[in-house]
Amino acid sequence: MKHKKTKRFQWWVGLLLVLMMLVLPTLIQKGQLFEGADDQATREIESHHPDFVPWIKPLLTPASPEIESLLFSVQAAIGTGIISYIFGYWHGRKYEKN
Amino acid sequence: MKEKLYLVGIVSLLLWFVPQQVYGMHIMEGYLAPVWCISWVIVCVPFLRHGYKEINKMVQDEIEVKMFLAMAGAYVFVLSALKLPSVTGSCSHPTGTSLGTILFGPSVMSILSLLVLIFQALLLAHGGITTLGANTFSMGIVGPIVTYLTFKLVCKSGGSSKLGVFLGTMLGSVMTYVVAALQLALAWPDATNGFLGAFEKYLGIFALTQIPIAVSEAVLTVLILEAMLPHMSTTFLSKTGFLKGGFKSDEA
Repeated sequence: MKHKKTKRFQWWVGLLLVLMMLVLPTLIQKGQLFEGADDQATREIESHHPDFVPWIKPLLTPASPEIESLLFSVQAAIGTGIISYIFGYWHGRKYEKN
Repeated sequence: MKEKLYLVGIVSLLLWFVPQQVYGMHIMEGYLAPVWCISWVIVCVPFLRHGYKEINKMVQDEIEVKMFLAMAGAYVFVLSALKLPSVTGSCSHPTGTSLGTILFGPSVMSILSLLVLIFQALLLAHGGITTLGANTFSMGIVGPIVTYLTFKLVCKSGGSSKLGVFLGTMLGSVMTYVVAALQLALAWPDATNGFLGAFEKYLGIFALTQIPIAVSEAVLTVLILEAMLPHMSTTFLSKTGFLKGGFKSDEA
């Protein structure tokens, strides 16, 4: 039982570590724009090849950065929903067995 | 050997602090000439065929396998949607492909990644339909292969499975973007320094930002696998690439 408790504790510490690793950059690099990398990459290409025009454009583009954030959130939410459902199923199954 | 591996693991964690200004994501629509778009699609085809056959088998298998497959897909789905800040001052995406790779091997990840990429290209204008071949190759094929090989190597060298997952995820994630840099350098060789010069530049641009993201992703994947482990039946464990890859189930 004690073994399980330390494992759980370690797990939560691990999760805290992950969250810190995700939040810290915003604190360390104050003033940085944290732009999306694809924007920066396209800028890099365009700076070296000023005559370049993308030969095709995406069919659908989000109307604004906020809409883009919404769509990313929806994507993350769908995935999280599936993961949570499955974990919930397993959790419930544990009690059913007992 | 085990100690050396742990040292590598710790150094990898410290790499989180290292990088400076850079970027890393999928190749955008229209930024790869048609000849490259088609070439990368052709390269992907054999892997996708194999992946499709594997997934077909799994979908006809028991519900437990399907659940883990759904988990693997959902994990890629979630992580690809997250733009995570990096110590370099910019953002990048984790790949999320390592969970599925460690469970099932790299073959099915090509299909799962393709599906996620299609979704993002169509609805979010992120990545592209023309660049699907290139992006699938980097994220769905090379990344998972690197992850799986690293995982197997670490486990067979006596390292713990957790370490295998950690290093495999990290390397796979970084390699995904190394390949992306390679693809861009091939398509846009530098005027003065040619392919190598461009590769070096895009490597800096793409792969360096990815390193701290890869570390975070690696820790997260270890955590989620640990959480999933008690729910795997022995039949599942024996069927999948997990045990074959050398995962020691007694470590649960």
